[in-house]
Amino acid sequence: MRGPVHPGRRRGRRRPLIAGACAVLAAAAIAGCSSGATGPPVLNVYGPADGAEQYSAAAKDCTAASGGRYSVVYQTLPKSADDQRLQLARRLVAGDSEVDIVGIDVTWTAEFAAAGWIEKLPEDVAAQVRQGTLDGPLQTATYQGALWAAPLNTNTQILWYRKDLSPTPPATWDEMISASERLHQQGLPSYIEVQGAQYEGLVVWFNTLLNSAGGQIVDEDGNVLLGRGDAAQKALSVMQRVAASPASDPSLSVNKENDGRLAMEAGTAAFQINYPFVYASIHTPPPDGGGGGTFIDPQGKPTSADTGRRVVDEFAWAPYPSVVPGQPAKPTIGGINLAVSTTGQHKDLAFAAIQCLRNRDNQLRNAVEGGVPPTLSDLYTDPSFQAKYPAWEAIKNSLDNASVRPLTPGYTSISIVLSDLLNPPAAIDPATAVPMLADEVQGAANSEGLVP
Amino acid sequence: MSLQSGALAASTEQVTQRPGGPTKAQMSEGKRAERNLGLLLCAPAAIIIVLVTAYPIGYAIWLSLQRYDLRFPAEQAFVGLSNYVTVLTSGYWWQAFGVTMLITVISVAIEFVLGLALALMMHRTLVARGLVRTVILIPYGIVTVVAAFSWQFAWTPDKGYLAALLPTGSAPLTDFGSALAIVIGAEVWKTTPFMALLLLAGLALVPDDLLKAAQVDGAGPWQRLTQIILPMMKPAILVALLFRTLDAFRVFDNIYILTQGSNGTGSVSMLGYDNLFKAFNLGIGSAISVLIFICVALLAVLFIKLFGAAAPGSEPSGRR
Repeated sequence: MRGPVHPGRRRGRRRPLIAGACAVLAAAAIAGCSSGATGPPVLNVYGPADGAEQYSAAAKDCTAASGGRYSVVYQTLPKSADDQRLQLARRLVAGDSEVDIVGIDVTWTAEFAAAGWIEKLPEDVAAQVRQGTLDGPLQTATYQGALWAAPLNTNTQILWYRKDLSPTPPATWDEMISASERLHQQGLPSYIEVQGAQYEGLVVWFNTLLNSAGGQIVDEDGNVLLGRGDAAQKALSVMQRVAASPASDPSLSVNKENDGRLAMEAGTAAFQINYPFVYASIHTPPPDGGGGGTFIDPQGKPTSADTGRRVVDEFAWAPYPSVVPGQPAKPTIGGINLAVSTTGQHKDLAFAAIQCLRNRDNQLRNAVEGGVPPTLSDLYTDPSFQAKYPAWEAIKNSLDNASVRPLTPGYTSISIVLSDLLNPPAAIDPATAVPMLADEVQGAANSEGLVP
Repeated sequence: MSLQSGALAASTEQVTQRPGGPTKAQMSEGKRAERNLGLLLCAPAAIIIVLVTAYPIGYAIWLSLQRYDLRFPAEQAFVGLSNYVTVLTSGYWWQAFGVTMLITVISVAIEFVLGLALALMMHRTLVARGLVRTVILIPYGIVTVVAAFSWQFAWTPDKGYLAALLPTGSAPLTDFGSALAIVIGAEVWKTTPFMALLLLAGLALVPDDLLKAAQVDGAGPWQRLTQIILPMMKPAILVALLFRTLDAFRVFDNIYILTQGSNGTGSVSMLGYDNLFKAFNLGIGSAISVLIFICVALLAVLFIKLFGAAAPGSEPSGRR
């Protein structure tokens, strides 16, 4: 503190700094000029970071296939869905003319359409998109009777289980809960892994159970249907029983998809509700995957000793358990839809490009290399798809019975409110929670009041 | 004493102004040109400040009086103060406000005690003074988000070295009390050096002679701290506490990374962010922002009132 100050030394440093700043500015200016090169119009596709490699390859192929009409460039958005949505919203609200095509989560279709950020598909394009596409994914792209986007890929959950612990897979949630409790009493791995953390995954679980029990959260016009019948109460009761059971994972209330996968690979889970990536993961060597999971002893408990038998040897799959016996479950579907932005300058070309980006070849590549199930139904009979997805039958079954999340502009608010009220699931009181849920969801659907 | 010096300052001001009055009219051509040049040179900075602060604040206030949700563009309308009513009658706001106040009070109190201890230590260090000060400042130099991520990993079961110290099966970030404690811990770790630095500047105001005289008179270390050092540092303490309180009230980064506001750990800034950038509700979100702004302004006024006009240079023995 009492040391001398060196004004001269600082001044000496300033000059290179200024020179550096000028150099950066000049470089930026030159870069700005060079973007005005001539050539076919550039169509920017803004989409998620996961699968960007496959989407970029598709963009390259579509550029080549366009015969010089346009060139497609894939621009990678952040990894988290919230961040993707926020960046797209910022660009579109600001009227960014560089955004031509957006790859949006299935739950954003209504919101983007209502906000005027995406174009309705023209009749001819819509007719072509409908052809051969699965019903569930098409529904996620529909708002107020019109198609606003083209389903690029879909995703669905099925039941993954240990066949040594449960030789026949449970057909209903009741069966699964009692099987888990029985295993717990025997001191065997008993966890049911499902997404219980306070986030979108929890709402997906609730939506699946609710739809499977014959209910619905809200209709397209924002009318809340949660309180009708006893479906919501049934769904909440399943969630509460799974979470509060002594056989359940103690950290269920903070678990997301990856935590469930890890618990299964670590040998502590008997059942898991999850997406098909868990199959690829357990077959992938570490550090990228589970490498077959941990060793298990003859009883089925995880062990550090080399028993020659791993979790993967007992890893099996089955359809999503139902809520009402005899009625198939209606798993909530996810995925990405391609839409044309209202701010882009080459909308006709963009409509042509989205059809190319989701064509058979590109969807097959996304499925095989990127691990996301396709939306074209005949790909499910393709041998190269089936080879990569041995669980394809269960996946297809899930997709055929699919339920979609509410197609209403206020969905994100609904989801935030629901995930706040349903977490931790063990604390839900199924008998009294429904009216309160319905009330809060009504406010969120109309964007009245705060979101937590 | 302070009154006298204040009056003295005022009278000297008058004295200097009175002869300034007539000269103003007779200001020479050169002087006027010089003053105009001065104003011109200041103008760009003043204009930029107005543009970058006044405009966004005004726009936020205007937005907060509208029903304006990006997803319902057709419903945009002027609604007066109804957004404020909605926010102030919402349980979410008061929950967030309570959490924010809790974080602010506890973290600033701990930071003050630790910061004072560090400042006294740095003040007394005889060897490697520069090194010690640099080392103590390291946490403040680390980007908050980066530090928050490392805290998050440290407290995550199975991965973190701190979580490993807890009984197995505990997930401290998933429980309200422990998660809040971790947030406060991260805040304290990060900004104690800042507090220490401000207090160190205050310590430099305390004359050594006074302390030596007190020592000769038989004052112990505790008496010297409470009777001499703290009163003399009062202006620096005011500045340090004010800065930190205003900062702590706007806490965002640590909570955003550590808990995302789950389990009721969200602060008012988190609530504003969620309503603006997740719900796209510009009306409600702006109302929350304006309320945060008002809270911060009230805190500042409250501080200055509480500490009296303990502005730098005022009488150290002040009022009690």
